[in-house]
Amino acid sequence: MEKNKMNRREFFKKGLQALFGLAIAGTTGFSLFKTSATETVWQIDPDICIQCGRCAENCVLSPSAVKCVHVYSICGYCDLCSGYLRTDPKELSTGAENRLCPAGAMTRRYVEEPYYEYVIDESLCIGCGKCVKGCSAFGNGSLFLQIRHDRCVNCNECSIARECPANAISRISSRNPYIMKGAKI
Amino acid sequence: MKRMTRILVFSAMLIILFSALSSVAAEDRFPRPEFQSEYELPSTTAPSPQDNLFSYIDTAVLIILLILTSYFALKMRTRTGIFICSLFSLIYFGFWKKGCICSIGSIQNIALALFSNTYVIPVFVALFFALPILFSLFFGRVYCAGVCPFGALQDLVAIKPLTLPRWVENTLGIFPALYLGLSVLFAATGSGFIICRFDPFVGLFRFGATFEMFITGGIILLIGVFIARPYCRFICPYGVLLKWASALSRWHVTITPDECIQCKLCENTCPVGAIRAPSPALEVEKREVGVKRLVILFLILPFVMAGTGLFFSTISHVFAQLHPQVQLTAQVLKEDRNITRTTTDASDAFRATGISLDTLLNQTDHILSQFHLGAGLFGLYTGLIIILAIVKTSVLRKRTGYEPDREACVSCGRCFEVCPKEQVRRKKGKEHG
Repeated sequence: MEKNKMNRREFFKKGLQALFGLAIAGTTGFSLFKTSATETVWQIDPDICIQCGRCAENCVLSPSAVKCVHVYSICGYCDLCSGYLRTDPKELSTGAENRLCPAGAMTRRYVEEPYYEYVIDESLCIGCGKCVKGCSAFGNGSLFLQIRHDRCVNCNECSIARECPANAISRISSRNPYIMKGAKI
Repeated sequence: MKRMTRILVFSAMLIILFSALSSVAAEDRFPRPEFQSEYELPSTTAPSPQDNLFSYIDTAVLIILLILTSYFALKMRTRTGIFICSLFSLIYFGFWKKGCICSIGSIQNIALALFSNTYVIPVFVALFFALPILFSLFFGRVYCAGVCPFGALQDLVAIKPLTLPRWVENTLGIFPALYLGLSVLFAATGSGFIICRFDPFVGLFRFGATFEMFITGGIILLIGVFIARPYCRFICPYGVLLKWASALSRWHVTITPDECIQCKLCENTCPVGAIRAPSPALEVEKREVGVKRLVILFLILPFVMAGTGLFFSTISHVFAQLHPQVQLTAQVLKEDRNITRTTTDASDAFRATGISLDTLLNQTDHILSQFHLGAGLFGLYTGLIIILAIVKTSVLRKRTGYEPDREACVSCGRCFEVCPKEQVRRKKGKEHG
């Protein structure tokens, strides 16, 4: 009797063991159908981005891993740059009170008449997207926000993707980790 | 007639021209300058993400730590070895890798990958999910002892652990299983990863957290001084899976391989209250009474499950509020019905996309029906968990000596160090060696 009881318990345990093992193996195996050999990283689609400014505030890093990126091949090199100057500047000068960037991250350099080059210092940029908004509204849209992968810690749930009202942030393959504008040109 | 066709062709050409003009992107508002001077266009930098190689290294570290901890816990029987493993994992997976990705969070990636058509996960995430459970199925919860950075952190602060009454432990112990169910529900419906969202320690690892995270993390660590490993025991959803695996494990940590002398020292030193006393010599109750209770419990099980299932599926809309698209739809409808005048960024962004309201409503209906089903399943699962928790308390196990409870024991190895029989065994081993 005593021996029989042990056997039953053993049998029960073995059965559950096999069942649980199979369940875990099955779950993992099934999800393996949806695995990719390459990893994925978070990125902003600049065509969907509405420059709401949440990227600057909601990243787990401070300052944010989101920075403004400048693709020079699209830039019009305007003197009156709507990404560089406020919409209602007191005067058209490079004085801080006329500039859009709150962090002073954008500098401009004279190239030749009438062209100016605009450069972003990423160590100062906070990713607020103010210049992006100005540039997309009135300019060519050569400025846009991107998650910079030298800074991004690739959280499992990206806290700015969660807060993004336009759903512009998603995971993309780490082989092409940026969605740059003007890539086709 | 000829003239007619000519006009037609001309107007068609005009239409094509205008449509082409209007589709010209903002990129061409200002023509790109043709520089006279020798100006070279600067190139835009694109710093690359961490190489895939590193995720292979992480997986290798995970496997090595799992093997080492199993070896230290079951074969070498040394607390020091386990402790060194846990310290290393705290530094490597915690402070160096900043806590992402971890096995606890990987539950959600697996759940989303199973239910979403578009979501893919890298292979190493699947390994992070499966390997600790696999090891638990063979060696018990060695992952909790030496590989989990959360466990390591809490083990460090457990200075003065108190023993909780068993009923408190059993009641609070239901919560992680429910949390597991909820996190799977929210991940599978694409509402978000709640384990990551309410992660108390990851901010510590990054040396920068939101205020709430600092507070919750701090409180949990403070509690952890007196109630060892509060996250592991009463919150951790991954621990539930490890518990189930460990209950069925092939081998497990033993307090002493020799005969127990029932000195109770191990019971007093166990920080997580996992050591069970030998069963009393006298029968506590008649076998028939216990069997009858068990039969009754299993008989009411389907009714309880149906009840909780029904309850949660009727309140599924409460869960659905967490889904961003459900929130968006509610806002858009409010604006359309003039209930509110203030628009949100999300509703503005939605209107700017030009997607019709019907499409949005259709998608949201689909999400709501998913929640209806998902919450119902969660309800069934909740009923099962509650009844099983009661069943567990009414099952009497025969023990001749003090033994670790396979589900609750995290294999930390503190009991080896205080067991007098173990000390004798070690001395003998040294004399022979």
